[in-house]
Amino acid sequence: MRRIDYLLIEDWVPRGATVLDLGCGDGDLLAELIEKKDVRGSGVEISPSAVEACVARGLSVYHGDLDEGLADYDDASFDVVILSFSLQQLRRPRLVVREMARVGKLAMVSFPNFAHWRTRAQLLFGGHMPISNELPYEWYDTPNIHLCTVHDFRRLCSHEGLRIEREAYLRSFEKRAAPLPLPNLRARIAVFAVSRGASAT
Amino acid sequence: MADRADTSKTIGDVPVGLGDDAGNAGIVAPRTVVLAEPPDKLSLESGDRLGPITVAYETYGTLSDRCDNAILVQHALSGDAHVAGLHAPDDKRPGWWDILIGPGKALDTDKYFIICSNVIGGCGGSTGPSSIDPRTGEPYGIRFPIITVGDMVEAQALLLDHLGIERLLAVMGGSMGGMQALQWAVAHPERVHQVIAMATAARQPTQAIAFNEVGRQAIMADPDWNGGDYYGRGRPAKGLAVARMIGHITYLSDEAMREKFGRRLQDIHDYSFTFSADFQVESYLRYQGLSFTERFDANTYLYITRALDYFDMTRGGRSLSDVFRDVTARFLVMAFSSDWLHPPYQLKEIVSALRTTHKHVSYYEVESGFGHDAFLLEREKMEGVIAAFLASGARTYHFSPGKPTFRASADDAATDAGGAATDGARSSVSGPGTSATEAAGGELAAEEPAAGEPARGEGRRGLRRRWGRG
Repeated sequence: MRRIDYLLIEDWVPRGATVLDLGCGDGDLLAELIEKKDVRGSGVEISPSAVEACVARGLSVYHGDLDEGLADYDDASFDVVILSFSLQQLRRPRLVVREMARVGKLAMVSFPNFAHWRTRAQLLFGGHMPISNELPYEWYDTPNIHLCTVHDFRRLCSHEGLRIEREAYLRSFEKRAAPLPLPNLRARIAVFAVSRGASAT
Repeated sequence: MADRADTSKTIGDVPVGLGDDAGNAGIVAPRTVVLAEPPDKLSLESGDRLGPITVAYETYGTLSDRCDNAILVQHALSGDAHVAGLHAPDDKRPGWWDILIGPGKALDTDKYFIICSNVIGGCGGSTGPSSIDPRTGEPYGIRFPIITVGDMVEAQALLLDHLGIERLLAVMGGSMGGMQALQWAVAHPERVHQVIAMATAARQPTQAIAFNEVGRQAIMADPDWNGGDYYGRGRPAKGLAVARMIGHITYLSDEAMREKFGRRLQDIHDYSFTFSADFQVESYLRYQGLSFTERFDANTYLYITRALDYFDMTRGGRSLSDVFRDVTARFLVMAFSSDWLHPPYQLKEIVSALRTTHKHVSYYEVESGFGHDAFLLEREKMEGVIAAFLASGARTYHFSPGKPTFRASADDAATDAGGAATDGARSSVSGPGTSATEAAGGELAAEEPAAGEPARGEGRRGLRRRWGRG
């Protein structure tokens, strides 16, 4: 089963675009984008074994730490910069989002929405740190250090002067996207495409 | 080889062919060929012309019918053509990159055809300052023309022409070998499909020029250097040894030194209150310096370090991304975390320049405490990504050669395992006592202390007992 958030991003990425995938892991999304959308893509990944896996698939990948920023990358040097389900693991998420919008004409970010009602309920009624498909870790071994909500991300965009170009809300990795009222309560996964907009140019 | 189990490693779900029980490249014959015979001398970057040129080289594996599996491996400052395998069954040490080259290894000799040649200006069988100048019948000495990394690459291009190899699946090397690999991609973009550049830079860094200059001054200050004319008399061993000691320090790291030697004393319990080699690190460096002089020519050290210092791909004021503009190769750039001769930022600079024009480039940083020499040592941390890169490149490599004729160089002089080159240059330098194994080795001669062996002496014998290979 293909991940719906990947399908969504695939759908949003223009054919033939230049794409930078931050925290690209084994390169699943990147490989799909190259195959389906004919993009010129490369990834950034911190884990040596994941970098090896990308290289083995013939992908172009940079072994590095996102939290160090994207200083080596020129302004608007990519059509699309993607951060898929890694935002919550960064030490400096605000810096990275800002850098994404500088380096990419379009920045696509997906993350688990911490304000989903089940998450809220686990904390409110269960009295323990929420665990779900999207947040599968115990509190003591989670890599997620900067969880946020749909509401929070919108606020970050507004602070950074980023324009929200597209947004989509998912109820799981498997279920197709459908219009979802009250997304901050009902979406488990949020996907945003933002840009520096007209003010930046 | 034949009995090697077919257990190739996969990365993700991609088989990269790394065997669990990698074998040895076996016995390899050193070869030489004479190229650039007058009047077709090689035009050097300096404006001089050089010819004829003897090039010493070795090959491993078999060239495919389609000529699409050739990999050129480049050596570093003190290396030579003997990159893997043995020259004779009783050789104590294999070639300098044997950890990566052989059946089932990252450069799998069951799949790839590996070529390594000694650079011109060298003393490993190729024409260099110790060779006989055909015009005078005497060794060149410092009348040998100044050569550059670019010139080394052009000599290799002649060798490939001679072998009938039009295009390379990959060209790779570390340190100066990495510079040659980068130069190949720029000088002959149509001949290179992939580049692996390790522990290197697109221009020689200032600090490295500084260390090289100290090394050269040490050699030239040795009275035995005699303006470069020392062949047939006393060689400037003291100067060359000091140059090597300085070099060695730059190849290690603070961490490597601390772990390998600490402040440990050499077979004594207290200071001797003299200037003898009290500390293990002193004893080690003295041994490394001394043993180097037995296999390396001092003038070659001058020439090769000069070539390194002159290396600057941006010479003439071009930006690096502009230099790489017409490059078509795929790149794997590898840095080593504790390398202070070529720290990761110098490799990142290369990646950044390639990325500007959206070239295919991957960057991999090996976490290692071994300093610059890590590229010769960290087998387990390097082999996966190298094997994966080569395999992925081979998949996308569709090359139809115009002339698929590898002249298996049966006509090239296969020198005996003693390594005496046909032009006699080598024997004039190293003498009959230097075995081919001595001539192996990259920048680190990888000698380890013989455990528990008490030896304290200032002389060569004591040092050899302590640091020589068992």
